[in-house]
Amino acid sequence: MCENCGAEPQATDLDLKELDPILEKYGKIKGSLISILQQTQDIHGYLSKEAIDYISKKTGITPAKIYGVATFYAQFRLEPIGEYLIMLCQGTACHVNGAALIEEAITEYLGIQDNETTPDNKFTLNNVACLGCCSLAPVMMIKSKDGDETFGNLTKTKVVEAIKQIQSR
Amino acid sequence: MKIVVGQGSCGVASGAKKTSDALENLISTEGLDARVELAGCVGNCYLEPIVDIYDNDKELTARYVQVQPADVPAIVESHVKNGKVLNEKLISEKDEAFLSNQKRIVLRNAGIIDPEDINEYIAIGGYEGIKKVLTTMSQDDVIEEIKVSGLRGRGGAGFPTWFKWNAAKQSPGTEKYMCCNADEGDPGAFMDRSVLEGDPHSLIEGMTIGGYAMGASEGVIYVRAEYPLAIKRLNIALGQAREKGFLGENILGSNYSYDIRIKAGAGAFVCGEETALIASLEGERGMPRLKPPFPAQKGFWQKPTNINNVETFANVPWIITEGGAAFGAMGTDKSKGTKVFALAGKIKKGGLVEVPMGLPLKDVIYGIGDGVKNDKAFKAVQMGGPSGGCIPAALIDTPVDYENINKTGAIVGSGGMIVMDEDTCMVDMARYFLDFTRKESCGKCNYCRVGTKRMLEILERITQGKGKDGDIELLEELALKIRDGSMCGLGQTAPNPVLTTIKYFRHEYEDHIYNKHCTAHYCKALITFTINDKCIGCTACARQCPVGAITGEVKGQHVVDHDKCIKCGKCEEACKFSAVIRD
Repeated sequence: MCENCGAEPQATDLDLKELDPILEKYGKIKGSLISILQQTQDIHGYLSKEAIDYISKKTGITPAKIYGVATFYAQFRLEPIGEYLIMLCQGTACHVNGAALIEEAITEYLGIQDNETTPDNKFTLNNVACLGCCSLAPVMMIKSKDGDETFGNLTKTKVVEAIKQIQSR
Repeated sequence: MKIVVGQGSCGVASGAKKTSDALENLISTEGLDARVELAGCVGNCYLEPIVDIYDNDKELTARYVQVQPADVPAIVESHVKNGKVLNEKLISEKDEAFLSNQKRIVLRNAGIIDPEDINEYIAIGGYEGIKKVLTTMSQDDVIEEIKVSGLRGRGGAGFPTWFKWNAAKQSPGTEKYMCCNADEGDPGAFMDRSVLEGDPHSLIEGMTIGGYAMGASEGVIYVRAEYPLAIKRLNIALGQAREKGFLGENILGSNYSYDIRIKAGAGAFVCGEETALIASLEGERGMPRLKPPFPAQKGFWQKPTNINNVETFANVPWIITEGGAAFGAMGTDKSKGTKVFALAGKIKKGGLVEVPMGLPLKDVIYGIGDGVKNDKAFKAVQMGGPSGGCIPAALIDTPVDYENINKTGAIVGSGGMIVMDEDTCMVDMARYFLDFTRKESCGKCNYCRVGTKRMLEILERITQGKGKDGDIELLEELALKIRDGSMCGLGQTAPNPVLTTIKYFRHEYEDHIYNKHCTAHYCKALITFTINDKCIGCTACARQCPVGAITGEVKGQHVVDHDKCIKCGKCEEACKFSAVIRD
């Protein structure tokens, strides 16, 4: 129970012990906060309040500072994401070649907006800065535990087909 | 026989891994005498996946393009088994010109060698530069050679490289850092990714030579987390370089010790600014600070630090082995050597293009890129990303070098070149870039934090048809104040996309504001769809319309109800008779 407000801690299935090897490795090297957060996110999929408190306790860095860093960089998420993360490129070449239409198609098909997750926790949509595959614009990268897959020269039809194909796996 | 499949990120996205797997499978099941290797991206991105066959292991016999797994059996049957080049999939002469019209120094090895095998880099003369430096040159000799070459930073600002190295060398202390900015944040630029993925050893060698020149004890590569393949290949390359003694204690038996490590960035455009990058390396929020002190005096952990871009370092081994004078012989009076451009947008042949500085824009866009997609009218080219600007068609003869591009109001920047055609709305482009800088502003300076937000609001209202008299002047006023009132490059250059589009495309702004009309027929709030007499009454559009705004008899001309129309454009897509007109 929280000493200040009396709230019960939220049940979580996150295993904080999994973070120990990372904290062991980086905890003593100064300036490693970003690396710690990146690897924590790799394990849990996001940065939970519990994980941030745990990192703070183990490293002595205040939670305020950790939040400061975590909210500054685009890579970090404070909310869990779906099994598949759709990273839709918003680079200049993609913008010029119709990334907005692709976003519309995804939104229409999955019923989610940028930074939202489908109710079945399968897909999360993220508009991201340039992925660097500009000659294949418009482009998206789908990240999952199986690795990263990049899809190029997207059209409204192609993007929906790609998502359908993942759904059928 | 050696078969090489280009596998940069864009190649893989086009299916290169599948093609490579198909080749390997077929060759092993048929027991043929050939091996399949990988390489980085050669730069003809529009032709991926690309398969190169070297009959005698050394000379390229045939380059096959757009090879999908289904094409593999035919190529293996004809070329691998019977030694006959398969013409159907062979690169065309015109496409070959895409490469032969270039002058490749930075990209000299990309797409040719296996980036995951150090021996291939060594076999074509790699690490000769560092050998020469450590055995025959003093620190000052190296700096002098770079000075002779005239190499300027390729990350955007174009600052002379030798000057920075010299300043870091002259700073007192033994603990010094050589950093590489591989946080390629400009949307629309991907040359650094190509070097990292295709030729990581040239970066490592360049950084080691630079490290020796300034007396660095350690090198750090700050690379974007969005480039997982680049990080993987860099790690492999660093491991191999250590094994061969090009990194570590007493490199190649000399008394110089130096190693390089990777630090993955976490996604912040402002970290391209060197003091912000240093803050990020130290695990902090990547916020810039005032200069001086310059990083050369007080940088990473308050020690003398030098930061260069990937492309800058990739030039260094070449300069050392071929001589600074050879590099200086290329380019213009003040902009020496070559520059890599990432040609993308509405271009027929997009990809990486490396040309001597000073080549006219036209030669790059039409000579190499083959002009605008679908033969539409060329409107402008955007250079320098969010810090740059749009150069209009009238200035297409501008030579591409630092000085001449600056005169147009754009900048060379890291080398992104996004081609725009008649369908691109210039007000929307300005809005797009301001949306980007507004999100990426670190928030330290008022003018940048609040000013970009206000400019974005004005641009948004113009594109939504709510522009007011005086908006253009207000934008101009804000632009100058943000430029003058911001501490770092991000804020100082953020108004450039707006200033250049107002300068060259003021009529488009006026069209939006006064006529409530989008010149390029792009801005949704300002377009209308009508159906003309080409309509044969097939009803395809009416069936697609999600709001029932289209009515009409079968075989009769249909009509759009503008009050109901939500401008989704589905009717335009559905019509096979070009009867739906967007205005």
